[in-house]
This record gives sequence, structure tokens and C-alpha cells, in this order.
Amino acid sequence: MNLTLKIWRQPDAASAGAMHTYQLADVSEDMSFLEMLDVLNEQLNDQGEEPIAFDSDCREGICGTCGLMINGEAHGPEVTTTCQLHMRSFSDGETITIEPWRSDAFPVIKDLVVDRSAFDRIIQQGGYISVNTGSAPEAHSVPVPKDDADRAFNVATCISCGACVAACPNGSASLFMGAKVTHLGLLPQGQPERDERVVNMVAQHDHEGFGGCTNIGACTAACPKEIPLDVISQLNKDLRTAIRNGH
Amino acid sequence: MKGARASRTTVALKLAMAASGFIFVAFVFAHMYGNLKAFAGHDAFNEYAHHLRELGEPLLPHEGALWILRLGLIISLVVHVTTGVLLWRRAARARTTKYVVKKNSGVTRASLMMRWGGVTILVFLVWHLLNFTIGKVNPQGGATNDPYNLMVDTFDVWWMTIIYLVAMLALGAHLHHGIWSAAQTLGWTGTAAKRQRWKVIGFVTAVIISLGYSLVPLAVLAGIITK
Repeated sequence: MNLTLKIWRQPDAASAGAMHTYQLADVSEDMSFLEMLDVLNEQLNDQGEEPIAFDSDCREGICGTCGLMINGEAHGPEVTTTCQLHMRSFSDGETITIEPWRSDAFPVIKDLVVDRSAFDRIIQQGGYISVNTGSAPEAHSVPVPKDDADRAFNVATCISCGACVAACPNGSASLFMGAKVTHLGLLPQGQPERDERVVNMVAQHDHEGFGGCTNIGACTAACPKEIPLDVISQLNKDLRTAIRNGH
Repeated sequence: MKGARASRTTVALKLAMAASGFIFVAFVFAHMYGNLKAFAGHDAFNEYAHHLRELGEPLLPHEGALWILRLGLIISLVVHVTTGVLLWRRAARARTTKYVVKKNSGVTRASLMMRWGGVTILVFLVWHLLNFTIGKVNPQGGATNDPYNLMVDTFDVWWMTIIYLVAMLALGAHLHHGIWSAAQTLGWTGTAAKRQRWKVIGFVTAVIISLGYSLVPLAVLAGIITK
């Protein structure tokens, strides 16, 4: 298949960027989206042009490093990560627009690469539990109901890719925070820091410049791990409880 | 942010917006009940309007209960609009570089219309109060001291009816997303089933309210309600 690619190019964080158009011929529909960009970069190398910078690591959909806005959708038209998106989801002769995640809390470093350390700083505020050091505790001493364990595991699949922020018309990271708060809040080990966790994480989120949630639901539609909107309800409920508890 | 205050977060702003929104939901239901009295005729409608002013007498002064309700609504309005403006400003700053192409898949149109729809309702509210409460403007130039006649005179003018119908469409869209969104903000939608239930409640309420309010102006225009 032959493609017209419109891609955001930006030399560094301080410079202004612009959309550039490239033609790419003989793309196999079995290629992943990132392999297609690899082929384009080889072509650019041969022509003596600077290759396009984009993030990727595991390329098997579990690390959360890759992430591109493809034709206006985070991770493109399928419910998966960009690395697991294949060219068969596109048609011959199609024009594909590729942009970085757009959020002022995720500044562009170069081309399609953004700095997501804002997420790390949110995690530092509460994405952890406190445990006593020493020998491992007896596993059966803290029973967890099966439903809670399943639900905690489901929302723990969040890979912090940032698609929720990229898709959100408000640029909010509520789905990401909701996933973390719900995951730890469902487990007995997460209870001691529960109130502080939600307050400190939301305060850091606001400090980083993310927007407020208006429950539109674009985040959950874009999420490659299908984290449900319920987690934002849980986030709000935990914060409401924290207010009542005097935090 | 270690040692942060929960009440200073964006979620707290949203909680205030949700709570004030639910007060308005209760209000629009009560107001609609009064409007539908128009079908009971001139005397019943005016008697209801008059009784609102005598409510609670002699314990309360004339219009006392009405002013207590009005004060609650004014406070709710200030809270709802202020939090709305603050969150709108935050959202604008959160993405200063726009996407060249952006789709909003899996999203209702009502959810994307909350802010401009809210502004539409606010502008309508100003006109509505000038029309019937503060200014008492009769678009036909007639008397304004009789609530029922003022209402009929207003909706006999076709473009006035259109203004009211457009406002009810905006209100319906606002409630369709707003009610379920407020429930989610208050943390009442923790499961898929509860989320679905609140979405249905939001939609049904929006339809009841926008249709219920539209009945009276349409009935006047159709000649069913007359002076």
C-alpha cells in the first residue's frame, strides 16, 4: 500500500514545530505502525534527512512507552497500543496524520516524543504502599475477596501511556489517577495511605497543569487497556471521603 | 504535593459544581410544575403564583419563603458559574497547542456542549428574568401585572416561543450529560451498572424537563392556551 504521511516535526523543546508531508510506497499491511515509521526513517536516512524521533520500547503492548495521535485518535483506530496497531487497519492511498500527545503537562522533547515525567511525579505522591521490612509476611494472613482482587488487577493493567490525557478534551489525567487510586484502594495493603494518596496525587496532578475532568469519556474510549470510567467515580469518592476526614 | 488540602483541588471544584447542579435539577422540576398550571386556566395559574409569595405566612413575612429559596438559587448560581469558569480556564491552559486532527470517538455531543450550552442557558436566564420577574417586558406592549396574561402575550409572539424552545433544547442537553456527570463526580457510579443507571436517569430527566417546559409555549402558539 502507498501512504501519504503528515507528521509533526519539531527539532527540540525550544523550537517551533510544523507538520511535514512524506510519501511512503510499498507498505505491507502486516507491518506494525512503528515498523512503518522505521521504514520511513530508513528512507529519510538514505536521503540524508534527520529521522523522525518517536518513543518505543517493548513493542508488545505492555510497557506504555509508545503513543502517537494517529488521525486524531490516541493510539489510532484500534483499542490497543501504537506498537500493536497494524497497517491493515489503514487503506491504500490513505493520508495519515501523526502528532505527539498534546498536553502542556507533557512538553514535546523532539518530533513525536513527549516528556511524561509529570506522571512519575504523580506516582511519587501516592502510587505506593508502606510495608514493614524483614521477612515476607504469611500470604494468608491478609485475605482479599476474589472480586476485589480481580478488579484491582484489571485496573492495575494501566501502563501509564498517557493516551487518556491525549484524548481528553480537557487534558485531564483523571483516568490514570483513578486507575492507581482504585487499584491500591481495593486492597488491604493500600488502606493506611488511602486519604493522603488521593489528595496528594490530585494536588500534584493540578500542579502539573492537567485539566479538570468533565466525565466526557474520551479517555476510556482511547485507553489501550480499557480502564473503565468507574475508576474516576472511585477517585472522586475517595477525595470526598478525604475532605470529610479532615484532609 | 505532600500535605496538600483536599478542598483546594480540581475535584473539590467539581464536587461544588455537582452539588449546585443538583439544586438546579430540583428547582427546574418545581418550576415546571408551576408552569403546567397554565393548563388549569387563568385563575389557577395566577393563584399559584400568588400563593408562592404568601408561603409560610404569618410565620414568615410576605415573600419570605420565596426569598429564602431565591437566596439558595443565587448562591448555587454563583458556585456553579464560578467553578465552571475556573475549570474551563484550566482546560484551556492544559492544551495550548491544538491537534491538527482530533476525533472524539465514543463521546456524546451533549458532553462536549456543556460550557457553551451553559453560557446559552445563562444568557437565556437573564432574558427570562427580565421578561417575567424583574423587568416584566410584554413583547406585545400590553399589561404586565397579570402573570397568566403576560405569559400568553409572550408566547403568542412566534419568535419568543422559538427563543424559549432553543433554550429548552440547551437545557435538555445540559441535563443529559450534567446529571450523570454530577453523579459520577459525587462518586455514585462505581460500577458499570450504576453508571448505566445514572446515564438513563440523566437522559429521562432531560427529556421530561425539556418537553414539559416546551408544552406551555407550544400550547399558547397553537391556541390551546388563550387569555
